[in-house]
Amino acid sequence: MAVAQAPSERNRQDTGPLRRYPDRGLIGGVCAGLAAHLGVDVRLVRALTAMVAIVGGLGLALYALAWALIPVAPESDGAARRPGAWREAVLIVLALLGVSVALRVSGVHFADSLAWPLVLGACGMALVWRPIAGARGRGVGGDGQASRERSRRAGAVDAPRLVIGALLVAFASAGLLHVVGVLHRNSLGNAIGAVAIIATVLGLLIVPWFVRLGRNLSSERAARIREQERARMAAHLHDSVLQTLALIQKRAEDPREVAGLARRQETMAGALERAAAEVEELHRVPIEVVTVGDGPLDGRLEAIVAAAREAMTNAAKFAGSERVDLYAEVQPDRVGVFVRDRGVGFDLQAIPPDRRGVRDSIIGRMERHRGSAAVHSTPGQGTEIELEMARGAGA
Amino acid sequence: MSSRPRVVIVDDHHLFRSGVRAELGGEVDVVGDAGDVQEAVRVIGVQQPDVVLLDVHMPDGGGVEVISRVADGPSQARFLALSVSDAAEDVIAVIRAGARGYVTKTISGVELAEAVRRVAGGDAVFSPRLAGFVLDAFAADAPEEASVSGPDRELDQLTPREREVLRHIARGYMYKEVAQRLGISVKTVEAHVSAVLRKLQLSSRHELSRWAVERRLVSLDAPAARGAAEP
Repeated sequence: MAVAQAPSERNRQDTGPLRRYPDRGLIGGVCAGLAAHLGVDVRLVRALTAMVAIVGGLGLALYALAWALIPVAPESDGAARRPGAWREAVLIVLALLGVSVALRVSGVHFADSLAWPLVLGACGMALVWRPIAGARGRGVGGDGQASRERSRRAGAVDAPRLVIGALLVAFASAGLLHVVGVLHRNSLGNAIGAVAIIATVLGLLIVPWFVRLGRNLSSERAARIREQERARMAAHLHDSVLQTLALIQKRAEDPREVAGLARRQETMAGALERAAAEVEELHRVPIEVVTVGDGPLDGRLEAIVAAAREAMTNAAKFAGSERVDLYAEVQPDRVGVFVRDRGVGFDLQAIPPDRRGVRDSIIGRMERHRGSAAVHSTPGQGTEIELEMARGAGA
Repeated sequence: MSSRPRVVIVDDHHLFRSGVRAELGGEVDVVGDAGDVQEAVRVIGVQQPDVVLLDVHMPDGGGVEVISRVADGPSQARFLALSVSDAAEDVIAVIRAGARGYVTKTISGVELAEAVRRVAGGDAVFSPRLAGFVLDAFAADAPEEASVSGPDRELDQLTPREREVLRHIARGYMYKEVAQRLGISVKTVEAHVSAVLRKLQLSSRHELSRWAVERRLVSLDAPAARGAAEP
């Protein structure tokens, strides 16, 4: 066991919660997942599972349950199994059958009447649960659209499978009821037993749906929050930090100016004019700034200034326009900023996803601050970016 | 009027005069230039140009002084203010003295020629900056003015349509584009702009002067004072 100890520490760190690894496993990757989680050799887990399976099929039931309940590890592609895994699995099943037949022949056998309904019922439940099991695990951490599409497809209930599973479960329940004897004798105690069994079966069928649903919701929310935070940081880094650095580099010989970059507190109009002056300085394109009204700069107005600055930078850098116009109106109830160029224009859909400028720094930023941004662009005729935000008590 | 307006350029920077002359050369006839008020009045008197391109800031009174002295004579010249100046006070003063428009020196040669033709034809020319100044000056409907009688009150306010036109100009749209976006003719846009110019020149709205001074004060020092001064 000393050998297994070292990887145990590493694996625990790497894998965290219990997950299945269909690509590493023979059937559903349950043993591989357990082994990784517990930090023991996968063969040990398999041997134990096989032994429990022989004992009246209880292991099979447990395996089926685990298959249905344990989510697929995100880094493991559930669709692709190891080559030859099925053949091995079939061999193992045959071996198990052989051993159990041998046990039976030699007289050591467990109550068949109880074991087989359990096995059948477990198989049926596994069939019922499988569709959701497939949907699970990749909805998070995948790349948005594609994974959402995939999980939607997988989440759609597979009707024949559901029917077969339900039939198996019903058959198993009937078997169990038969064993308990309620179908023969007519007494109150037996009726209660029957109700209890049926309730348990139904509960087993339904509970995993809820478990999964809750887990999906919470992990998706966590992922969304992470994504938002990441986008916010990326946007922040992209303009405020990188641009200030660029500016400081340009003004390196003027320490007073550099110091002033960090601490100036000002009004909306002043901030816009300064942003425009900086962009003008960096990209050598004249920016005509017109402001109507003004107000002290708060967090949300800072966001709109930052978005406007990004819009100006985009126009100055990519539009090839002779001049950029910025118009801002600051009213008590709303703020509007318009950045217009007469450059080449662009197609928002055609911007590669890794270019953060327009999407994160302008549109994303405005949305995060309960504002809105609209891009009107006609190739060849220029672009106007409209930024709007409600102000005042209601906002 | 010929298709090529005759233009005099007045600016105290020689380099700038020759720059504008070169930019406008192909589009209009530059018949003279001047570097100070005295010379400007003389050249305009001799050449009788259609349009005078006038710097707002010059020694001895600047553009306002040139306009008022030429107005005493027989000249039919129209004035177009051209400046890098950001002080609303100065710009409004030149307009109220009689200039038909205001453009900033960032304007391209083509656009400047267009502006000159427009002024020569009797229309007003608003740069985005001037449009912004006007929107700002006419922004608030001060309650104390509610008592002022009809015609004066009309001069003190912009109509919603005028406001919309000015807003588009401030956003950097040219007259033609403004017309297209608002679904009106260029002539109508010109009419709106001329009406605004008239209001700007004739309005007795005391906010106008107070606003200009305030704006200047604010841009010179404490930014907080401006926020507080607003209704």
